[in-house]
Amino acid sequence: MVRDDIIEYSVDAHHSEAEGAKIRKKIYFVTFLLSFITILEVAVGIAFGRGSVDGLTWSIIKWSYIVLTLIKAGYIVLVFMHLGDERKLTRYCVLLPYALFISYLIFICLNESTYINGVLTLFGSR
Amino acid sequence: MSSHASKNIDNATLWGGKGSPFSISYGKLMMWFFLVSDALTFGGLLIAYGFIRHKYTAEWPIAEDVFHSVPFFEGHFPLIYVALMTFILIISSVTMVLAVEAGHRMDKKGVIKWMAATVVGGLIFLGSQAWEWSHFIHGDAGYLITQTGEKVTFETHGHHYHDNAELYKGADLVLSDGTVVTGERKLTLIENSLKHVQGANLKENQYGPQLFANLFFFITGFHGFHVASGVVINLIVFIQVLRGTYDKRGHFEIVEKAGLYWHFVDLVWVFVFTFFYLV
Repeated sequence: MVRDDIIEYSVDAHHSEAEGAKIRKKIYFVTFLLSFITILEVAVGIAFGRGSVDGLTWSIIKWSYIVLTLIKAGYIVLVFMHLGDERKLTRYCVLLPYALFISYLIFICLNESTYINGVLTLFGSR
Repeated sequence: MSSHASKNIDNATLWGGKGSPFSISYGKLMMWFFLVSDALTFGGLLIAYGFIRHKYTAEWPIAEDVFHSVPFFEGHFPLIYVALMTFILIISSVTMVLAVEAGHRMDKKGVIKWMAATVVGGLIFLGSQAWEWSHFIHGDAGYLITQTGEKVTFETHGHHYHDNAELYKGADLVLSDGTVVTGERKLTLIENSLKHVQGANLKENQYGPQLFANLFFFITGFHGFHVASGVVINLIVFIQVLRGTYDKRGHFEIVEKAGLYWHFVDLVWVFVFTFFYLV
């Protein structure tokens, strides 16, 4: 029986003890980084909640949260899920369609909710 | 891993039907495509959350005021519990990636150890989420709706009451214009009130707009469902590792595939954490 899960590239997915030690070091580094970012986010959240700061400070905090989240997501996808080690073709096949759809969805929702918020404010229905 | 994926393969082999141009197996590629579609589902849900939240900008509840309890401790600990849950999920993701790494070295004992840790981490997360939901559903003092339709809140002075009889006796009432009501008038107001809204469900919500509770239940519930199925998948792989199925096969690629799904669950939680609890 021909089995397509034992073709060349799958069986090749082995590494030596020395390579393993290097990879584990990277894993521990990313673990530290993810924990550090999470602790930082929570500390900022406790110290400066949305209710206790002015609008400008809050929008700086909000955007830093979003950037930090994207950094965390990047490390999870590229290191933990090994997408960074795959071929370029695989990377683009996974990331490009997603980025395309999601950025369109974000655009349309921000646009429309701003409009609805404006209408509700203008006509005072709440 | 890096060693095999970056290996140079000439184009004739790649595109001539002799190997995958992606240089990964069919199963792993399909897992990636499934995750892309699942990520679109979660992306859609979170963007819908953003849309509704943007619509209710002013009255949307502040997360620190809603999620501030920790089991076994009385007091005000904003975000601490959910930070703990996040940490548990990150750590179980780390143990999973260590299981994958052990699999690449054909280290069966290592795979068993780290897979077991991952399953335990997933179960702890699910238990934490059950507590979080239960707390969210039961709520705290909540508010009363009087006969005139006015919303009257309780002033507990930081006190924790174990049942409503104690709450009615001990706490003061605050009318919507800020007047504090005590004594005999308070008791009449309580007696004649139409409804006491406590906690949240799909019909009422003490914390803010109704859709806040609905989205909370749906998005964290959908994520919890993914965690639960991830635990089941990990458990099946774990049992197969114990039985030596993958030793016979010569590689532990299935651990990698299950790992992709498990990391995805962690990835989604990173976004849920940011948009539900922080922003």
